[in-house]
Amino acid sequence: MIEVKNIKKSFGDKTVIEDVSAVMKAGQCNLIIGSSGSGKTVLMKCMVGLFVPDDGEILYNGENFTTMSRNEKTEIRKQIGMLFQGSALFDSLTVQENVMFPLNMFTTWPYKKKLERVNEVLDRVNLEDTNKKFPAELSGGMKKRVGIARAIVLNPKYLFCDEPNSGLDPQTALVIDRLIKEITLEYNITTVVNTHDMNSVMEVGNYILYMYQGRKEWEGSNKEIIFSKNQRLNEFIFASDFLKDAKEMRMLEETGKMPNDRNIDDMIK
Amino acid sequence: MTIFSDIGQYLLMLRGMFSRPENAKMYWKEFIHQCSEIGIGSLGIVIIISIFMGAVSTVQTAYQLVSPLIPLSVIAQVVRDTVILEFAPTLVCIVLAGVVGSKIASELGNMRVSEQIDALEIMGINTKTYLVLPKIVAALVVIPMLVIIAGVLGIWGGRLAGSMTGIVPPATFDQGLLESFAPYNVVFALYKAYTFAFIISSISAFFGYYVKGGALEIGRASTKAVVISCILILFADYILAALLL
Repeated sequence: MIEVKNIKKSFGDKTVIEDVSAVMKAGQCNLIIGSSGSGKTVLMKCMVGLFVPDDGEILYNGENFTTMSRNEKTEIRKQIGMLFQGSALFDSLTVQENVMFPLNMFTTWPYKKKLERVNEVLDRVNLEDTNKKFPAELSGGMKKRVGIARAIVLNPKYLFCDEPNSGLDPQTALVIDRLIKEITLEYNITTVVNTHDMNSVMEVGNYILYMYQGRKEWEGSNKEIIFSKNQRLNEFIFASDFLKDAKEMRMLEETGKMPNDRNIDDMIK
Repeated sequence: MTIFSDIGQYLLMLRGMFSRPENAKMYWKEFIHQCSEIGIGSLGIVIIISIFMGAVSTVQTAYQLVSPLIPLSVIAQVVRDTVILEFAPTLVCIVLAGVVGSKIASELGNMRVSEQIDALEIMGINTKTYLVLPKIVAALVVIPMLVIIAGVLGIWGGRLAGSMTGIVPPATFDQGLLESFAPYNVVFALYKAYTFAFIISSISAFFGYYVKGGALEIGRASTKAVVISCILILFADYILAALLL
């Protein structure tokens, strides 16, 4: 479990995050959503220690990450896997070498055992026969899957995904979303996903934290989001007419009533 | 103020490099890789430059020493001392600032921009120790070797040019090389080589490691790394000469 308590972060005079608190539980996908510039990436970078918050606490299973020494942070970081927006694969290494890198650095396993583990995680993300390929030879979706394989190779307790669907077609994005969800449940990982993809929100969002201009605007689950009365959240999530209609259809399914006195014939028209 | 904050950040980067390696074997592998990249990667250009600079030194020195009172063996002495004291360490290191410095800066800059450095940090790896330290240590090991090779090839190039043009017969050149030879000159050249190696690798690593932005900024950082390294090499060259000669 990760607890974020009253986090504040500024760059110069500009306050990017103001008093954000959240609890991200194990075995579920915790989503941070918000429009560009709302502070979600900065919050995630504070959580993993790439930025030091000006105020507040980040607790990993009750241990205060923000006040830890470098060595203590290193121990926590060994339990963290992260998928970056651009995958952040090492260009000069093959897929196999990329995934094996954390094993080479942090284990004393024999090569055969490491290779078995690499093949196991590559199979898990449905990437067989790509061991000898370089990142430049892979598609965007394949790179993301290699990134996930590298992130989970050391059996992390925490998985962070920064915009895992950016630059992917909807079908591939769905594959990545489902993969993240399956892995989260399978390994009982605390997964934190930073996204503004609405499919992800509805597909994997067990817990959703909506950020607006650096502040926590709303929190809840993907079921609760449908019924939320928060105007900013609704404007952000259901921005298009298509998504508004989808929301109303879902409400109709759940409650048997149409919101806003609309009827189904109007929507079909 | 920027220059002071840059110097502070540079010193912090150097201090941050010294931490216990997570896995000594991986760091050794990276060090050997960097030795190969810096040494083998620059060997070709060093060989070409050295031979030609020695050859040109012989021809131009002979052009200036026209008096029949001056023995031909003096040409070899002048070529030897010029190559050892200045050409091999300084000229070669300025070229290496371009070849090695831009490579280090662009490699680290690309890793920073594509979040590869962040990925390493999140794995729990001290990126300054893993990425910067092996480059500096490798440069300190390999660049003095390249300077020695440059010195030997420079003198050999001078001898070759003297022999091919008929200005100085090889036997006279060899005799000149042994006359008034001061071994301290070689030691001084190595002092220079170590100083310049540190400047090239650490300055380039600094500009690459702290790149912010995209492809354009990587190019700018690379150019800046080469320019600043060259200026500092020339400055250090003067300081070392003033202090140690």
